[in-house]
Amino acid sequence: MNLGRVAASAAVPLVLSLGLTVVVLLGSIDLSIEGTMAIGSIVLSLLVANDMTAMRLGWLALPITLAATALVGAGNGLVHVWFRIPSFMVTLGTWFIGLGIAAVVLGGGTVRILDPQIRGLALARFVDLPWLVWVAVGALASAWVIQNYTRLGRHMYAVGGDENLAALSGIRVRRVKVAAFALAGAFYGLASVLAVAQLGQANAVSGEGRLFTTVTAVVVGGTSLTGGIGGPLSSLVGVLIVVVLANGMILLGISPYLQTTIQGLMIIVATAVGLDRRRIGIVK
Amino acid sequence: MTRARLQAVGLSKTFGVTHALKDVSVDIGANEVVGLIGENGAGKSTLMRILAGVQQPTSGELRSDGERLQLLSPLDAATSGIGMVFQEQSLLLNISVAENIVLGHERAFLRNGFIDWRRLHAEARAQLAKVGLTIDPSTRTADLSFSARQMVELAKALALEDRIARDLVILLDEPTSVLESADIEVLFARVRALKQRASFVFVSHRLDEVLAISDRVYVMRDGRVVASMAAADTTVSELHHLMVGRELHAEYYHESSQQPPSSEVVLEADALSAAGHYSDVSFSLRRGEVLGVAGVVGSGREELVRTLFGFLPQTSGTLRINGEHVRFQSPAAAVERGVGYVPRERRLEGLVMYLSIAANLTLANLGSILWYGLISRKREAVLADHWIRTLSVRAAGADALCLSLSGGNQQKVVLAKWLVAGSRILILDHPTRGLDVGAKADVYRLVRELGREGVAVILAADTLEELIGMSHRIIVMRDGGVTARIDAPAGAKPAQIELIGHMV
Repeated sequence: MNLGRVAASAAVPLVLSLGLTVVVLLGSIDLSIEGTMAIGSIVLSLLVANDMTAMRLGWLALPITLAATALVGAGNGLVHVWFRIPSFMVTLGTWFIGLGIAAVVLGGGTVRILDPQIRGLALARFVDLPWLVWVAVGALASAWVIQNYTRLGRHMYAVGGDENLAALSGIRVRRVKVAAFALAGAFYGLASVLAVAQLGQANAVSGEGRLFTTVTAVVVGGTSLTGGIGGPLSSLVGVLIVVVLANGMILLGISPYLQTTIQGLMIIVATAVGLDRRRIGIVK
Repeated sequence: MTRARLQAVGLSKTFGVTHALKDVSVDIGANEVVGLIGENGAGKSTLMRILAGVQQPTSGELRSDGERLQLLSPLDAATSGIGMVFQEQSLLLNISVAENIVLGHERAFLRNGFIDWRRLHAEARAQLAKVGLTIDPSTRTADLSFSARQMVELAKALALEDRIARDLVILLDEPTSVLESADIEVLFARVRALKQRASFVFVSHRLDEVLAISDRVYVMRDGRVVASMAAADTTVSELHHLMVGRELHAEYYHESSQQPPSSEVVLEADALSAAGHYSDVSFSLRRGEVLGVAGVVGSGREELVRTLFGFLPQTSGTLRINGEHVRFQSPAAAVERGVGYVPRERRLEGLVMYLSIAANLTLANLGSILWYGLISRKREAVLADHWIRTLSVRAAGADALCLSLSGGNQQKVVLAKWLVAGSRILILDHPTRGLDVGAKADVYRLVRELGREGVAVILAADTLEELIGMSHRIIVMRDGGVTARIDAPAGAKPAQIELIGHMV
């Protein structure tokens, strides 16, 4: 069934997009996705049954992985707000720091995971769909609740809408930002768990190419890069468009090079139609 | 007046639901200095921006020497010989003075495609000489004093005279507000000297200056031209009267519902100082009282207000709220103590435009609608509906985006936000700026109701009339210190002149 395949290939991009959405809603950007995924992947792989270390933590490795990537995200946020460095630069740095750490830890090699339960996320099914699809759906539900029904979610909209105003309303803007980056990190961690489950292995570059599809999905979905507008459901739509289009191009046998070109076109077109240009005086 | 060098015919300009200009017609004769006066929000700046091509009128047209003139950009205006000296300065601070002066006209200084700096600097020096400045044209603009920048701005506008063959029209939007009196003399001397080949439009709040330099004066009020007369035939007091436009009739400010405040002091400042801004400011604010703060730009008034909301912590002296010592390091700290802030620019600092009314109302106090840590949409809607009814906010519903509200209704939502947050002290920083008369009246009524509920208000107002009308007591500031404390009880309001004496 092709629907199942689309759902399975949408799971990781969806979870990544949920994370990025949180940051983009603030009006910031997070380029560290691939670096954070590299860290998440190796933390998980080295803690569960694998062919490199003697660790056998099983499910316990999952919260540790999420905590590690949330910490990376919090680091992004802290550096961003304390040193007043644009999130673009901070996360660009973290991207490569993450890749570097993963490469050093694994000595440039690849670790295979042997834990049947983690692999089961991709291989075992529930109601016809792999478990990782349900995990992604669960992640979507929690992102939606956080965004719409918690203080943090509301404060993120306010900071993205107007940072000065949020401060004037008594919102601790810096705390909100750090929390948002940490939350994004946790989502990337979950995504790396799902990705490792799918691949059965992890190395420094197992997240390669994820940043582009994630940014595309978030923007195509309609979350504004200027902040304050959009949300998890927009990103779901964006992910589905991107994944279905990619799937369709494969089925049609379009050359992979051309596929890349079309994705590139899509992100530009989506940005052009997704913003109310009259509101923007100056574009940088 | 000989012939109309520049003419505005039936100009109207609307911003969303706000009418900034309504059917405005103005003639600017050749070799004439036209004064333009009016209160804040009367439409002067909008008119100037249209004449300068920065904004386009919603209806009506411009004519030049009798011919229709369409100005789609400041460049169009410059080509037609119209230059503007902006109220908020328009120089780029990161480049040199010379580059600023020739900005957009570098083509004339190219040699084989490269900029001929020697010629460009010579040109800049010549323009600077016109306004009596002898600075090095390669100075970075950021390194100049504020008043020197204003003169550079004028030099930039005057540079038009060498590029355009026809007579110039120079628009001066409050050019004197930041100048020392010696610089003002230089400016006026330049204006008089250039009259042979230029017309000027001069906007200022200082009516005596307007009379001194202008041939003719237009008075604007609420987006309309209400009078036009020869400067020789009028006086400062007549202009003032026309500008304000009504006898000070008390009910505009709901003076009859101004009740004496209780004796309970909610906020007390004792020898409050912020180094470099103001010093030794003492006052007390009582429950249900409106305390007005008067003072010109630079008097320390703005900074004092900023201290009270945590933007600028005091460097010495004490601030007590309900008897407890406080020193606000951030707005968040002030909010925690029950202080709310209604800013002058609602669009910038008052509301998150892309959030609903309900979400904006609860922004400063989400805790009250949490249900096991989650936001209860039901409680939020009930709360929002209550305030929309209480303050008669005209909106499609609690879910309507704040973007869709008119200025007055937006301001009501901002006030309601602080009431939801339980603020007992409100700082109103020019709360009626940019509102039309009807919306202003709504805000005044609301402030009176707040007073009855026991909310204490610190008011920095747009006009003295408003300040006197609304306040129970007024402190007047000058040069960073308090120069007078004036009672303004209902039925015995002080005259504006009493305050002005202590302000300047």
